[in-house]
Amino acid sequence: MVVETGFSSPRTDAFPAGLRVLVVDDDSTWLKILEKMLKKCFYEVTTCCLAREALNLLRERKNGYDIVISDVNMPDMDGFKLLEHVGLEMDLPVIMMSVDGETRRVMKGVQHGACDYLLKPIRMKELRNIWQHVFRKKIHEVRDIESLEGIESIHITRSGSELFDDGHFLGGEDTTSGRKRKDGDNKHDDKDLGDPSSTKKARVVWTVDLHQKFVKAVNQIGFDKVGPKKILDLMNVPWLTRENVASHLQKYRLYLSRLQKERDIKNSFIGIKHSDPSSKDSNSGAGLHNSMNVIQDNVSNGSFSFSVNNSCVLNVDLKGHEGDVKGISSGPMAESKGTFSIDIPDPPRAKSLQISFDHSLGSVDSVVNLASFSSTDTVQYSWNEIPEIQFKQEYEPLQLENRTNQLPQPGLQHNLLTKYLQPTVSVSPGPSVTEKTATSSGFEVKPMCDKYRNNHIKLSSPTEAVGESHTLNDQVFEPICTTTSSMKSQDIIPNHLTESELSPRNLYDGVGVENLQLCWLQGDCYAMDSGLQGFDCTEYNNPTMIPEMPVHLYDAPRFDHEHLFDPMEYYVIDQGLFA
Amino acid sequence: MEVVQMQRGLVDYTKTLFMECFLDAQFLQLQQLQDESNPDFVFEVVSLFFDDSEKLLNDLSMALDQPSVDFKKVDAHVHQLKGSSSSIGAQRVKDACVTFRNFCEEQNIEATLRCLQQVKHEYYLVKNKLETLLRLEQQIVAAGGSIPMIEMGFLKTINMKGKHDSGVVYTVETYGVFCDSTSIRSL
Repeated sequence: MVVETGFSSPRTDAFPAGLRVLVVDDDSTWLKILEKMLKKCFYEVTTCCLAREALNLLRERKNGYDIVISDVNMPDMDGFKLLEHVGLEMDLPVIMMSVDGETRRVMKGVQHGACDYLLKPIRMKELRNIWQHVFRKKIHEVRDIESLEGIESIHITRSGSELFDDGHFLGGEDTTSGRKRKDGDNKHDDKDLGDPSSTKKARVVWTVDLHQKFVKAVNQIGFDKVGPKKILDLMNVPWLTRENVASHLQKYRLYLSRLQKERDIKNSFIGIKHSDPSSKDSNSGAGLHNSMNVIQDNVSNGSFSFSVNNSCVLNVDLKGHEGDVKGISSGPMAESKGTFSIDIPDPPRAKSLQISFDHSLGSVDSVVNLASFSSTDTVQYSWNEIPEIQFKQEYEPLQLENRTNQLPQPGLQHNLLTKYLQPTVSVSPGPSVTEKTATSSGFEVKPMCDKYRNNHIKLSSPTEAVGESHTLNDQVFEPICTTTSSMKSQDIIPNHLTESELSPRNLYDGVGVENLQLCWLQGDCYAMDSGLQGFDCTEYNNPTMIPEMPVHLYDAPRFDHEHLFDPMEYYVIDQGLFA
Repeated sequence: MEVVQMQRGLVDYTKTLFMECFLDAQFLQLQQLQDESNPDFVFEVVSLFFDDSEKLLNDLSMALDQPSVDFKKVDAHVHQLKGSSSSIGAQRVKDACVTFRNFCEEQNIEATLRCLQQVKHEYYLVKNKLETLLRLEQQIVAAGGSIPMIEMGFLKTINMKGKHDSGVVYTVETYGVFCDSTSIRSL
């Protein structure tokens, strides 16, 4: 590979010497030893014995460190959690260490995103080589950007499913696309390398605000046309670079895909057989699809028939690496009425977020089970209430299994759910809504759907959407359209419902909501084209919906759906995430 | 006593510690980390180890003394102790911790109490040995000599458990030729 290193910082010449390492370990003996060992490697070492302190250091000095080495067992914070935070907020490579080398633990570390797992006692030679992780990340970042650029150009011409493929490889499991871009990457690298300012990418901390702007921009652009450059332009954040946006977008998609993957796999929609695989939905797991399909059918009934009950068990089974899927209950969920609850199981276990809608509308009882990321709280949402989804920080990264171009279904689910919720709640901009919007730092997801919608349908943010004949479709659209949580379904025109275009399966086709959305739009044929976009929308939406968004995946854990939640919740989450 | 004799004594002593598994290769690594910029490195690290361990042992005693023992907590302490002991290469202590943890899992009060005793025993033993060793080193230094380094080859010969940098490989017969003049570094 001829890719240049891309390190153009002053210390490049001596690389890996001067590598800035942050070591976190509660054992003072080890801390001293590691410091000494790392200094022998000519690295710049900073030590601290508390995870919180480490996070503070990292936040204070953004771009002040190249790599973090952390012990797994620490008193104040679980090493895995720290790992997630670092990965999410700072996107630094993290190495875990422990005296315990059990396969399960190691696996957990890798799942949480650790780039390596060292067993104590640690040898000098192991520490000498840690620079490779920093280097590798740099390389991948550049390559990802190249890939994204490639995707941009073909967005318009490709169908949704194809987009999925792109997204698929964007997700990191890129094979051909990635390879193809190698040359491009090299060129890009060379170009970037030549320019110190661009090669050394400053670590961008994706705060909630920033992420909201991002999502807003994405919505404005339109899912089918989204690309880093456009997003960047719209965001109007002077210090942000295209690469930052690109990699953020990339990560998001990756994350969503993983969620989707897991969901698909663990999906246990009741009785909803994935009978008709939507065309687009090539890879998705049946779960959501099926359910969505069902929903779709219901929708056609015209009323807000998110007949989740029968099928809506949108089981988003975000399984943690442990694979325990909890709370996936499709059947029963459906019957539940009146409560939109999200159960977030323990992080270590399966995470299944179950969101059950309680349609106050009565027409539809939908229980949506969304895999949750290990959150132990159960959020109860009532139609008329703003659901409070407690985001647990302990999100265990979902395994991205066979990544297909699946859009994170969970997100979709969420959207759907929120949609449903909205109907009764007429969201309108009631106090809660406003609060939400106010608080949700900007996730104002302008409903992307707007673009897609036809004249009548007005996708409003979920909070606003209310009682109007929120057909399922609308609901569904909401999420899709509005990447941000604002599911406005208020103006959802019943027309949609009548649209039987709404093909259930679209819901979860890889494109997920996107498809659905397309269907809804009367006559609009966004079809899979917007698939990706749709996903983007949902993706973003979803994360918020899903309490346990893999924090590390999304720099800004908060997503639009936040306004679905109680503003206070939002803040709570916020604090939790960014504490 | 002549410096050379002291040095030889130190080497012999260290050898036995390795042979009896009180210490493993990690300790050698620590010694190798010590240099001019940090001449008391080993001493400092070992002192930290003593402090941490004693605190942990106290906590363990207390935890096991409770009417209703919280094994999770006990296990956490033992895990920490295991980590600490591995940091300086206190092999026997570490091994005792492994056994200890197994019994914690079984929630076996009697066995864990016995394990605690065992761990304590091993700890005090190695503490004693290390203190002796450090004292010998100090004497050598005070007498103007330098601390001899044990070569890694030595460890290979006696089949020490545990990992060690095999960067330096000498043909060693038994545990003989491991400390030649070149290996003696001057402070």
